[in-house]
Amino acid sequence: MAILNILTYPDVRLKNIAAPVTEFDDRLRIIIADLEETMRAGHGSVGIAAPQVGIFEQIVIIDVSAKPKIKQHGRLVLINPEITKWEGFKVGREGCMSVPDYTGNVIRAHSIQLVAQDEYGEQHEYEMDDYEARVVQHEVDHLDGMLFIDRLVSRRHDLFKRKVYK
Amino acid sequence: MSHWFMLTLVGKDQQGIVAQVTTALYEGKCNLGEASMLRLGGNFTMMLMVNCTLSIEALEQLLQPVITKLQLHLHLTPIEGQLHHHIEPEVRISVHGADRAGIVAQVTSVLAEAGLNILDLESDVGGSAKEPFYIMHIEGIATLGIKVLEDALQQLLTTQQPDLKVQLEPIEILVM
Repeated sequence: MAILNILTYPDVRLKNIAAPVTEFDDRLRIIIADLEETMRAGHGSVGIAAPQVGIFEQIVIIDVSAKPKIKQHGRLVLINPEITKWEGFKVGREGCMSVPDYTGNVIRAHSIQLVAQDEYGEQHEYEMDDYEARVVQHEVDHLDGMLFIDRLVSRRHDLFKRKVYK
Repeated sequence: MSHWFMLTLVGKDQQGIVAQVTTALYEGKCNLGEASMLRLGGNFTMMLMVNCTLSIEALEQLLQPVITKLQLHLHLTPIEGQLHHHIEPEVRISVHGADRAGIVAQVTSVLAEAGLNILDLESDVGGSAKEPFYIMHIEGIATLGIKVLEDALQQLLTTQQPDLKVQLEPIEILVM
């Protein structure tokens, strides 16, 4: 296993489109292991996409299990992920290992349905909400050469759903 | 050696202020850092980090033609320019209510005492001249924890500011 070097904006390679994975072999599983180690070596990162380390294939790992009390699937390897349904929207603050020292507000679907393969090529369907759905949308963007800074909304005049007093 | 200045500028709002000021700076081989610029009550305001090798007098001279032409008020302050060290806010507080004197002073005093370090505050007066309302958004760090801020706000609302609407939301930043 190895911690891989993270490409950081404005590296133009982050705009590359990732190719679908076709071989579910040991090479893929080594990439996954390295990606996971790299993600966990980051500062509280809850997801990683292969293009962030210069591997332009549709490989994503997410894990929001560190966040307590939310509906989530734990650690997931998502190969060739495809979001098939979007519902609702929510503004949330995002940061990215590929965009150091900057965070911004992004509108994402609140709930999504997702089809993805695992590291053995088996297909799964998922329904995800809130944080987990946000992470997947952020990571799938990486596969399409998009960063969250391509989707920013104003930090100022945005709509947050807040706890209301009185 | 280059050094940083905070350029603060205010003037009657008109088209082209940013373009003309920054072009003068660019032509004078200045580099720009972070900035906040907005229109406040018909005035255009600018706070802009400028990095250059010029002395403060030379920088002022460089900007003088634009300042005179657009009738702006300029102030330059030597600063320590800290880039790449953003502090991320933990909490966002929104306040609105019928406009009257003392809202900002009372709310921010309570928040300061409860440990809030403000990173960003913007406020507006909306409504009509007859019935103005005040609206304010604050982002900051809860140095004593969010619960302390919540309790302090609750206390303020029940004792002093029953008509004010105050909302507090933790800002959760997802890093991916």
